[in-house]
Amino acid sequence: MAKVRTLIIRAPGTNCDAETAFAFQQAGAIVSRVHVNQLIRRQEQLSNHQILVIPGGFTYGDDISAGKVLANELRLKLGEDIRNFIDSGGLILGICNGLQVLVKAGILPRLSNGKEQTITLAANDSGKFECRWVYLKVNEDSPCLFTKGIDRLYLPVANGEGKVVTSADTFSGLSIALYYTDEQGNTNVGYPHNPSGSEKNIAGICDTSGRIFALMPHPERHIRGTQHPRWTREGAKKYGDGFQIFLNAVRWAAKSM
Amino acid sequence: MHKVEVSLKKHLPDARGLGLVRDIHDLGIPSVSNVRVVDIYRVDAELTPEALELVCRRLLVDPVTQEYWHGQYPRPEGEAGTEHHSVEVAYNAGVTDPIEDTIIKALKDLGVVDIRAIKTAKRYLIEGQLNALELEAICSKLLVNPIIQHVVREEPVAFPENPRYEFTLKELDITQAEQQFGFSKDELKAISAYFQKQGRNPTDAELETLAQTWSEHCVHKTFKAKIKLGETIIDNLIKNTIMKVTEELNKPWCLSVFADNAGVIDLDGRWALCFKVETHNHPSAIEPYGGAATGIGGVVRDPLGTGLGAKPILNTDVFCFAPPDFPYEKLPKGVLHPRRIFKGVRAGVADYGNRLGIPTLNGAVLFDDRYLANPLVFCGTLGLLPKELAPRGQQQPGDLVVLVGGKTGRDGIHGVTFASEQLTEESSASSYSSVQIGNPIVEKKLIDILLQARDRQLYSRITDCGGGGLSSAVGEMGASTGVRVYLDKVPLKYAGLSYTEIWVSESQERMLLAVPPECATELLDLFASEDVEAVVIGEFTGERRLELLYQGNLVCDLDMEFLHDGLPQIEREAVWTQPRPSEPDFTCPQDLGEALLQILGSWNVCSKEWVIRQYDHEVQGASVLKPLVGKDNDGPGDAAIIRPVLNSEGGVIVACGINPRYGEIDPYWMAASAIDEALRQIIAVGGNLTKVALLDNFCWGNVQQPDILGALVRAAQACYDMATIYETPFISGKDSLYNEFEYEGKVISIPHTLLISAIGVMEDVNRAVSMDFKQAGDIIYLVGTTQNELGGSEYLRIHSLIGNSVPRVNPHHGKELMDRLSVATAKGLVRACHDLSEGGIGVAVAEMAFAGGLGALVHLKPVPLGEPVARDDFILFSESNSRFLVEVAPESEDEFLEIMKGISLATIGQVTGSGVLEIYGLNGQRILHKSLGELKEAWQKPIRW
Repeated sequence: MAKVRTLIIRAPGTNCDAETAFAFQQAGAIVSRVHVNQLIRRQEQLSNHQILVIPGGFTYGDDISAGKVLANELRLKLGEDIRNFIDSGGLILGICNGLQVLVKAGILPRLSNGKEQTITLAANDSGKFECRWVYLKVNEDSPCLFTKGIDRLYLPVANGEGKVVTSADTFSGLSIALYYTDEQGNTNVGYPHNPSGSEKNIAGICDTSGRIFALMPHPERHIRGTQHPRWTREGAKKYGDGFQIFLNAVRWAAKSM
Repeated sequence: MHKVEVSLKKHLPDARGLGLVRDIHDLGIPSVSNVRVVDIYRVDAELTPEALELVCRRLLVDPVTQEYWHGQYPRPEGEAGTEHHSVEVAYNAGVTDPIEDTIIKALKDLGVVDIRAIKTAKRYLIEGQLNALELEAICSKLLVNPIIQHVVREEPVAFPENPRYEFTLKELDITQAEQQFGFSKDELKAISAYFQKQGRNPTDAELETLAQTWSEHCVHKTFKAKIKLGETIIDNLIKNTIMKVTEELNKPWCLSVFADNAGVIDLDGRWALCFKVETHNHPSAIEPYGGAATGIGGVVRDPLGTGLGAKPILNTDVFCFAPPDFPYEKLPKGVLHPRRIFKGVRAGVADYGNRLGIPTLNGAVLFDDRYLANPLVFCGTLGLLPKELAPRGQQQPGDLVVLVGGKTGRDGIHGVTFASEQLTEESSASSYSSVQIGNPIVEKKLIDILLQARDRQLYSRITDCGGGGLSSAVGEMGASTGVRVYLDKVPLKYAGLSYTEIWVSESQERMLLAVPPECATELLDLFASEDVEAVVIGEFTGERRLELLYQGNLVCDLDMEFLHDGLPQIEREAVWTQPRPSEPDFTCPQDLGEALLQILGSWNVCSKEWVIRQYDHEVQGASVLKPLVGKDNDGPGDAAIIRPVLNSEGGVIVACGINPRYGEIDPYWMAASAIDEALRQIIAVGGNLTKVALLDNFCWGNVQQPDILGALVRAAQACYDMATIYETPFISGKDSLYNEFEYEGKVISIPHTLLISAIGVMEDVNRAVSMDFKQAGDIIYLVGTTQNELGGSEYLRIHSLIGNSVPRVNPHHGKELMDRLSVATAKGLVRACHDLSEGGIGVAVAEMAFAGGLGALVHLKPVPLGEPVARDDFILFSESNSRFLVEVAPESEDEFLEIMKGISLATIGQVTGSGVLEIYGLNGQRILHKSLGELKEAWQKPIRW
């Protein structure tokens, strides 16, 4: 069977590309880490890949607002390539800064020209950068293929602008994929379970096809059991909770190749 | 000129503003009810209204959360009776704001070109009744640091222009040099003799080069001095202590020691680790945010510039401040409040380190009044590189000098000589140009591209541009061959720099490469592919001279031998008299619960979670044991463990030891204790002493005073003695001297402070142990001997005493004990282990209990004593070294005891499910009974900001 090819975009300030590549490799994909300049200069083709990833980091320093400058760059310089990629069945995963970028670029949800963004990421209510582990629950009604078969997850967040804010009650083209919860799985929780003050406790979202998924927590930081903060108390599992997300993506892409 | 003001929509809470409200209340101004922060952008360009609208809607403003105005933000209409104050804060001219470059790039993406300049500023809208004095206090204590910022009183008409520079060669008379460069008499004599032989006067660039290269910061002349202490003469202190132990131990796994920007050891035969810790004290005192940010930025470039380049994989940070509750009215003029320094330093380190994507996993924060004007900011970085790239590179004559990374500006000019000087009240005003604002993204881009260039073998040698800028980096790199540099080829941030300013500028984010000519095109193309600056600025020669040219004029021509070996060795007198502080004479309280709560809640011992969580300690996905551990992920872990190669089982343990309080009694035992502490942490998490390397960072006062120098000698001697027995070589180090502050004729000197940082190689990370109690019914062992050693302890501190019986170290016993204990942990016999340090048994058992969410029942009677100690409080809070609390499951006891045979240890209690810590004294009476909730609250409360 042909191997699934994953392209991880690097831009100035991207800093989770190596561990994200490791996660996809563990899941069986061939991974290229590609600088955004190489795509813009046509030295690399998005169309040769089945999965596109925008990993965590502080692209362009998160100056002005998190992910904004890369979002504009993707929209203005690679808009058509990305549209073609989506239309031909590609998967897109955005992690942390990747979520900020996808939302602000009008990729998640897909905004047709002139339509105003209705969902964004703002500074955490605590006013602080928060690096902490969070409990998550998958929305069973979501079409998200990355989270299929997963009920609950335990992953770290690490961000200063992770608060989901919306300007509309319902969004077209968007579905909530992941909620912050407490240890018991209750979705009606506050700080620190919801570390940013995200509206409706939203931790991850996807498009209506389920093929574009983005989340604030870092699944690539929980691939091995020893990454769990309490493995010295509770024992280490072979795989961390985040691994299934990568496995789902690679399996789905392999099947549809 | 266009001005845009951007604010959060009114219905949304402003987190930045709410943080400020808390800070304002902390200043004792309760009347402020709300603050909102407005971002201001000034765009120097002619834009059509349509273009400006596009820039706002597509770039500067978030359509969901923000609103904007062209021109001034309208004064908010408050409810009747509320007052609004509006304060605009902008950067001073000459301060480069990293955001400006990003905005220009983003505008180009939008198709908006012809931008002359961008300036950002902030407007604070403060709601509440304030008089002029209160508003002034808010500005000066929270919003503005005059070193880099000012309050905008009226609209600035234009962006100030940089002055033009016209070349003239500046020759100086030697006699002028003393004043300007701070050379000593002997140094001047050597310089004068050299130039007499040349038959000419020196140029300013030559004297600058000598001043930088011969500075304490670059050459460590005190540590290399001939020191007379009593009858002994020590010819080169560092060679006879710190470096000597490494030479004598001669460990085959030490790959590169004291030879490069960081020390390098072998990890697993394939990979190597390099480690360096630096200080950035003086800049952090003046401008905490920028000073600390450039501190972390600087030390990250050390591993990057070691061997042929290492990937930075972990940061450590240790801070020493005055207590955050230091009274404002007692603050000396020109000194920032410790709370502000703490917050600024933390933010600077986090913002820079987080953006670089390097996890901050280890550190400490200590407090003492004498750090008031002289805070200490230690930043360390661990790097990973292929083993064969560990030795320092070597250029050939003909190789090109390539400067890569950031552009050069007037930043940090004279930072090195500044770092080696005393701070005075005027420092804040005069040292303006020494403060730099870093740009972490430029450094991140540089790291990314350099590692690619390394793997393609495009350069023969690499070093960082740090203190002294090009003058140090080029001078050092070219020492063995000779080098010629064309200063007018150096890319500048702005015009107007003289050749000498270019030469000594300490602009951040720059590295220097030696590139074989045949690799140059590929290297320059590679850097261009990711938009990173790389410029050929000269070539290495075979002439062993340092030659600088500017517009064709020779402005510096120095013999390398004189530059590097011409510095006369200094001679110093040291004295040492053992201080004899009085021993405590209070009686032992019947109940020690309050004392324990007080120690847990002391600034030094209390939880640093507020700091730790604002660092990204998970990035790179390598953490195995995190800084916060236990049932609720909030207990104080002893040391961090990472797995540097994600698909291997090998790990690295990172630990540190520091205890300046002991140094007041005897710096020898302070140094010994710091080493013991760092090693204890490694053992506590499941490591062993087989492959442990140390770094030393001495921060001392004015070593021209014989007693302060005497203390330094004693500490260095202890480093030799301890490391020899523990078989833990030093691989690198750094010193920062003259840390003192003159205020109204009084000199405040920092306590002698030695930070010992340690890395230990762990073969199998799956054997890691955390410090939290795991299981009710398990046995608690105290391993090690307790002495009557309360000198410098936290217990005596809460009684405002120092005491005299400073904790000592018996390294022979310590090593045997640690070796055995590491066998037990490797066999999986240890459920939890915590090293005993500040607060002794009392603090350690409390921390293990609340971290594990389990109670404990402890008896002091069985505690193994090395000498008679008749007081419960002394046993409970003694800080004797080489001790551990160990949790062992009942079924593992026999095997554990078998391994530990002959080691001083005892069962002192049991883990319980009671949720209470209970301790019984020597006569069987209960001396402490506290709930876990109460203990944890006392520990967490102080820095819950």
